[in-house]
Amino acid sequence: MSDEVELHPAVAGAQPYMRAETQGENSAPEDAPLFDDGAGRERLEKVLSRYPTRRAALLPLLNYAQERNGWVSRPAMKEIAGELDLTPAYVHSVATFYTMYNQRPVGKYLIQVCTNISCDLCGGEEVLERFLEETGTRPGETSEDGLYTVMEVECLGACGFATVVQVNDEYYEDVTPERVPEILDELD
Amino acid sequence: MAFPETHERETRTLLSRHMGEEEARTLDGWRERGGYGALEKALEMEPDEIVTTVKESGLRGRGGAGFPTGVKWSFMPEKGDDPHYLACNADESEPGAFKDRELMRWTPHLLIEGCVIAARAIQAEHVYVYVRGEFFEVIRILNRAVTDAYEAGYLGEDILGSGWGCDLTVHVGAGAYIAGEETGMLSSIADGRAEPRIKPPFPAQSGLFGDPTTVNNVETLSSVPMILDNGADWYRQWGSDDSPGTKLWCCSGHLNRPGNYELELGMPLKDIIHDVCGGVPEGRQVRAVFPGGSSTPILSRDELDCETTYEGLSEAGSALGTASPIVMDESTCIVRAMRRVAHFYAHESCGQCVQCREGTAWVTKILERIERGGGEMEDLDTLYDLCEQMTGKTICVLADSVVFPLESSLDKFRDEYEAHIKHDRCTATA
Repeated sequence: MSDEVELHPAVAGAQPYMRAETQGENSAPEDAPLFDDGAGRERLEKVLSRYPTRRAALLPLLNYAQERNGWVSRPAMKEIAGELDLTPAYVHSVATFYTMYNQRPVGKYLIQVCTNISCDLCGGEEVLERFLEETGTRPGETSEDGLYTVMEVECLGACGFATVVQVNDEYYEDVTPERVPEILDELD
Repeated sequence: MAFPETHERETRTLLSRHMGEEEARTLDGWRERGGYGALEKALEMEPDEIVTTVKESGLRGRGGAGFPTGVKWSFMPEKGDDPHYLACNADESEPGAFKDRELMRWTPHLLIEGCVIAARAIQAEHVYVYVRGEFFEVIRILNRAVTDAYEAGYLGEDILGSGWGCDLTVHVGAGAYIAGEETGMLSSIADGRAEPRIKPPFPAQSGLFGDPTTVNNVETLSSVPMILDNGADWYRQWGSDDSPGTKLWCCSGHLNRPGNYELELGMPLKDIIHDVCGGVPEGRQVRAVFPGGSSTPILSRDELDCETTYEGLSEAGSALGTASPIVMDESTCIVRAMRRVAHFYAHESCGQCVQCREGTAWVTKILERIERGGGEMEDLDTLYDLCEQMTGKTICVLADSVVFPLESSLDKFRDEYEAHIKHDRCTATA
């Protein structure tokens, strides 16, 4: 987090939060603190400076927890609750409302295959099947080597380039089942 | 990288003009292209004058509802001590729509410029741009642009020495379709869960943090600078009286050339499909189209002559929505397609209203059963009955978003549903 100093407060709560650097074997332990160091405190202050209420910093801080630790653990939710004067239960109710917060560690590469209508018309299901087959996993399960978690995802908003696959913070467009092995090879 | 697909019938002089140009993303590149000129002009205008110009241009909201933008701005109360907010809806999530992503990844400064002009018009001191979480590439590009815009004095206090200023914050979501509903989005920012709330009060009276707020879509705000630059009459040279201008059309499904195309409003839908997008794969015909995204009533092959204006698609019994035709050819099983769409809305229901939470789930289960084999003729009556119970009875229109395509598909493709039930499989695609 050496670039923390340069981060403009306007974008401090908006950093990509699905990264190989913090997923798989790099995932932080459950009780890894968020705001115990300079980087964490600084991020917290920058985010808070952009909203008239503390509660509004909730999503930006959940994003930060995942960016930093690779997932959002219960202790992390509790720590955020403490900073924002909310109950841990409230923070949990928000974190679980959304699909992108990993409530347990995921593979180094989180592979999300869109099977919504436009992708479905263009073979999204077959792409999903192929990813599962190649990684030897079931949907949502992490491969034994900790490298891959494959899951189905709802519309990724790139429907003209079906099938769309998101691997961590990157999109792969026009994916066909045939391209799957090549994509996996490129990853690691 | 060149922008993927272009076509001679496009009006690529406006919104999509600089798509595909890497340099247009940078501040210098943007200024070289005349960027921020409209903002300079806006800073010399009174807020009311900006509202009037946009009102006269006839620009309509591009997020799906099509409400006139200038009129929406005029609903904001007179500026007093309370803060005013602008919330830019960049949570593009309607299946079929992928225009805001392209706008932001190619021309982020166009959006920032539009945001600042709109903020001046409604006298907002803070703009929140709510970007959907999955758009990490967009977020990186937008973050860079916002940081540069602050440094160059286009954001912050005393913008370009005008004595007026406003802030802009990028706020990133985390995967919830309903955060794209305007009050859901405001709840997501202020409180966490993206739960829509009943209107009235409308956001202009009580929005973000209980203060006057305007919510505008990315494409709407990106259309504002050119209108200020060239005037309302100039903008009206395209489109119809009620649907002026151009629009990005997101074309997906079984098309030879799917993609984003900037088209003058009014082109017949069949021209977009067959001419601009090169039609469906050879040897096949169109079976059906969701013309404005997955939540709009389905049109059959015989209904594609309609003009693609707000009023034209409404007359055809559907809606322009997000201008995102999802085209299905003869290889498509309508029951499967509807099941997939219903499954999505069931997954995304926030659960506050019974009619939506239960209705979307039941519709999905029944459609799954019909698709799998095992459906009964009475299921069709049950589906109609559910449609009736889910329409207009909920806080937001998510439940209606299932009913529109479902009911129209039952009306227009009833024989396919019946054949499916009778033979326990799809016979239409056999």
